Amino acid sequence: MNKVFEIPLYPYARVADQDADTPVRHAVIVVGAGPVGLAAAIDLAQAGHQVVVLDDNDKVSWGSRAVCYAKRPLEILDRLGCGDPMVDKGVIWQRGRVFYDEREVYDFDLLPEEGHRRPAFINLQQYYFEQHLVGRARALEAEGAPIELRGGNRVVSVEQADDGVSLEVDTPDGPYTVRADWVIACDGAASPVRAMMGLDFVGRVFEDNFLIADVVMEAGFPTERWFWFDPPFNRGQSALLHKQPDNVWRIDLQLGWDIDKEEEKKPENVIPRLKSMLGEDAQFELEWVSIYTFQCRRMEKFRHGRVLFAGDAAHQVSPFGARGANSGLQDTDNLCWKLGLVIDGTAPESLLDSYDDERIHGADENILNSTRSTDFITPKSETSRIFRNAVLDLSEHYAFARPLVNSGRLSVPCVYDGSPLNGADALDGGPDRSRPGAPCPDAPLGNGFLLDRLGGGFALLTIDADAPESVEADGIAATRLALTASEDPSGALAERYLGSAPGAVYLIRPDQHVAARWPSWDDAAVKAAIERATGRA
Amino acid sequence: MADLNTAPAIDAPDDLYAELLAMHEGLSKEESDAANARLILILMNQIADREVLRQAMAAARAPGAETV
Repeated sequence: MNKVFEIPLYPYARVADQDADTPVRHAVIVVGAGPVGLAAAIDLAQAGHQVVVLDDNDKVSWGSRAVCYAKRPLEILDRLGCGDPMVDKGVIWQRGRVFYDEREVYDFDLLPEEGHRRPAFINLQQYYFEQHLVGRARALEAEGAPIELRGGNRVVSVEQADDGVSLEVDTPDGPYTVRADWVIACDGAASPVRAMMGLDFVGRVFEDNFLIADVVMEAGFPTERWFWFDPPFNRGQSALLHKQPDNVWRIDLQLGWDIDKEEEKKPENVIPRLKSMLGEDAQFELEWVSIYTFQCRRMEKFRHGRVLFAGDAAHQVSPFGARGANSGLQDTDNLCWKLGLVIDGTAPESLLDSYDDERIHGADENILNSTRSTDFITPKSETSRIFRNAVLDLSEHYAFARPLVNSGRLSVPCVYDGSPLNGADALDGGPDRSRPGAPCPDAPLGNGFLLDRLGGGFALLTIDADAPESVEADGIAATRLALTASEDPSGALAERYLGSAPGAVYLIRPDQHVAARWPSWDDAAVKAAIERATGRA
Repeated sequence: MADLNTAPAIDAPDDLYAELLAMHEGLSKEESDAANARLILILMNQIADREVLRQAMAAARAPGAETV
């Protein structure tokens, strides 16, 4: 046992709940200890809400699985107290190259602006990602936060009443029943909770197979995303090469629909494929091989009473664009502060319906983008293949065609335009990118960065504007972060938050999305915006 | 917002039509299809106006139908 994914990190242990005469009641039960479930539990526990995580397994992800983490989820991890170990371990990249047939047609830079704490992307094996989240959960537990991980606990039935949810849980010692005020189902694309509740999961199936191979090798390839259309080593199909930590390389080869999966997975079939890509003399070791298919689909609603679905359990996309785990982390980022206010009794349960509004909007955007990428990568008709190849041919010579090449539109956070929680956009000349509903862009501040200063609650960001140090509306307070544009000599803060306005007052939600903005302090307007952002108006 | 121009706008139409056919001379069906696709993409970028292009696509798909 030397790989992290072979070690039980939260082994089954008998708990008092199993011996209770009447089922014990918890505030929140999270089903699934993957990236999304663990992030949800950490978010809630960090805010003092009692949470139990149930998982039928006891180890981190087998194989690298989700490997690309985008800037916004890294910022969320900073808020959850575990961004540093991820970024320290991860491989930072920003350049991609696209090849067609035997030649390179163009390369792109994700053009990260200056003045952000986090890079555009890191690559990190999902097992490390989960390991760091487990580490953070354990640290919180050690500090006395109300968080508990139960491995070897498989949910086998879900029964919902008006005031809570009953779960029957199977364990190595037999079943027990436990109750929860709220359940967050983060149990993956095949979500047993969703199936037990008989809920829909409709969408489009893509008839294709992809071989994932993680190979360990000393290779001189640069830290870039390389994508091939119709390469000589995988004719008529696509291929992807990406670097992960520990000299592990992710290779993704499209295989087509009509294949024998078990045969294709055998090392004697995988290795020749890899050698034709990497060269006959390449020295490598196979760490993990898997064949996947995918679908683009979502549940009609993510909230079902007291059961809330997040991540792949709620929506599934193609892997092109890294929109799976990244969007799952944005789900819980959106959900947990709302659930916290509902648990505290300061916001009505209906606030949770805005989780549906906002994250279904996000899921649809991700599904649209990843479906379009898939249609470009695997054309579904002769005509679409002709156009696809025409784009690739032209892209080698003409810049205009390059934006049409779609090897995956990489994950960016969605703006909650039209959300019922959005308040006034009263800042004349304010930049479009920080309009109500938008995630706050980071900006440099002295030796640090803006997002780290926003805290975990509502914030009142003032730039060259007067305001009280805090404002409260019916039990929900927003704390002021008072800045002047001159604190950032690079000008990024002014460019990202003032535009042509001389000063600004922003109300910012706990998930660091803008709720409303004004040119100056207006007590009644700010309080009204807090009411609106918390579903009370 | 611009509208698709369906009135004659080409000087010396016979010459230009002959040039279009000449572009395909000596090409196989497959090569011609590829050249047509490249030409459409080049012209799309040249026109760039989304509304005009949508009207053009509607007219190409169903000539004479009301454009939407």
